[in-house]
Amino acid sequence: MIRSLPSSPLYRINYRIYVFLFFTFLLMPLIAISVLAFNDSNFISLPWNGFTTDWFFSATDERQGLFSDEELIASIFTSLSTGFFVAALSTLVGTLAALLFEEEQFRLKGLLYFLALAPLVIPGVILGISLLLTATSAGNHIEDSFGLDVELFRPSYWLVVLGQFSFGATYVMLLVSARLKKFDRTLEEAALSLKATRLEAIWYVTLPFLRPAIIGAFVVAFILSFSNINTTIFLIGSDPTLPIDLYSRIRFSSTPVLNAVSFLIVLTISGFAIINLFANRSNK
Amino acid sequence: MRNNKHSFNITFYLLIVPVLIWLIFMIVIPHAELLISSFQVEDDNGDMVFSFGNYIEFFTQKIYWLTFVKTAAYSIGVTLLAFIIAFPIAFYLTKVTSKKNAAFLMLLLLIPLWVGELVTVYGWMVLLGDHGVINHFLMTIGIINEPINMLYTNFSMVVGLLYMSMLFMVIPVMSTLQSMDDSLIEAACDLGASKWDIFTKIIIPYSMPGITSGAIIVFMLVIGDYLAPNLLGGKNSLWFTEQIYNDFLQTFNWNEGAAFGFLLLMLSSGIIWLALKLSGQKLEKVGA
Repeated sequence: MIRSLPSSPLYRINYRIYVFLFFTFLLMPLIAISVLAFNDSNFISLPWNGFTTDWFFSATDERQGLFSDEELIASIFTSLSTGFFVAALSTLVGTLAALLFEEEQFRLKGLLYFLALAPLVIPGVILGISLLLTATSAGNHIEDSFGLDVELFRPSYWLVVLGQFSFGATYVMLLVSARLKKFDRTLEEAALSLKATRLEAIWYVTLPFLRPAIIGAFVVAFILSFSNINTTIFLIGSDPTLPIDLYSRIRFSSTPVLNAVSFLIVLTISGFAIINLFANRSNK
Repeated sequence: MRNNKHSFNITFYLLIVPVLIWLIFMIVIPHAELLISSFQVEDDNGDMVFSFGNYIEFFTQKIYWLTFVKTAAYSIGVTLLAFIIAFPIAFYLTKVTSKKNAAFLMLLLLIPLWVGELVTVYGWMVLLGDHGVINHFLMTIGIINEPINMLYTNFSMVVGLLYMSMLFMVIPVMSTLQSMDDSLIEAACDLGASKWDIFTKIIIPYSMPGITSGAIIVFMLVIGDYLAPNLLGGKNSLWFTEQIYNDFLQTFNWNEGAAFGFLLLMLSSGIIWLALKLSGQKLEKVGA
């Protein structure tokens, strides 16, 4: 049943078959799109017509490959820059929140902590529509009172950044808190007794200890932003992010270029995952 | 000493002010606005007035509340299925296979999670379509002559929902099982307990905190999902989030959409609250 206990061969074989089927189920869609990204066909699925890289490099009218599709390239850059700002903002506020809730005592702490966790259990759709409603009524109010049209209060690039930040910070907070729980508080106390101010103690002692968690949290916030659609779809302005662009293509005009983009995403993520695996191994 | 006290305060404000701005402006005010908007309708002069109209609309139109009930029932069902599928995997990775194998399998497990839902939902469209990979394969080897209709059905929708959510069951269950001492299982085994008894009386109760966290996250993701029902589900697979999207992005009836959003929020928090009560857990533990 477990490593140290013997179990019947039949049980072991059945268990292994189950695990194998599970991982097949898990990887099937990713393998299918990755292979079909190189299919020499104008349709997104089988039959296999031979190998081609047209869906990446071709620039003809009939087959517009990924790298010649300006709209697609633009949406990739929008997603990358959105991801960067969301990750930066979430990491900053999320880390502050982790320090606040782990190290400080104050009134209404329980309530604030509850609010900080709330995005975990609020569906992304609801975060999206609430922010859209709030931004719109704030924007209308400012326009009526001051005659100003503020872009931030209409569906726009920066509203998307704010929307994704609203839940990104929660995930950063949880990841940083988990590491902070392992922190030996006496180190900070030692710094304080050596006449460091509290701010210096945090800066020179606590933050270096938290660095791996903070970097990890930045990456997680970036990935959350890069793949988000539920919240983003309500806040998007004139420049779509990659998932929004892909979504509208899937609904209205599927070509194998979708396979090509998906393949690139799978490739990038697998690369990151492998680096992560080896980094963890060399740490041990 | 006084100086120390003073700098303590500066640090405290440096920490709390950005956090308060985040929570008040991004969480509290928007949800208050959602609630207020849901009680407003446009009168004949185009002014916004207080009304229960949006909620009355929900309860009187069969399609709305039927979709609501269906979404809730399916979400509970998918959460249960996710538990049944994911638990043996979590157990295998923590207790059965070697550490090295487990690290490699974890990697495979995380890739679909990080790739994002859109790509994986699209992958399932390519697999399940009438001219998709699975039908093509089955027809080539001669098991079937006509393609099986799998895409745009409740079946494909449930596959998509399970696929994107079950990993969130595996991970929390793994983290509780990791802290479980193997000698508990060994002792039970030595005392002659059957596998079933060990499983139901020792392993499951021990991993309950992980199961609850996993169930809550899975349920929340499924009930709030849009892509799987929208892209994989058929005409009959209407999901409650789709009503909200329609109100906001197609018919521009934002106040009705706000009411639906608020109802969805009540439903999801109600069921999560119930799950926490029944299992005696706290929300704080779910995040950990």
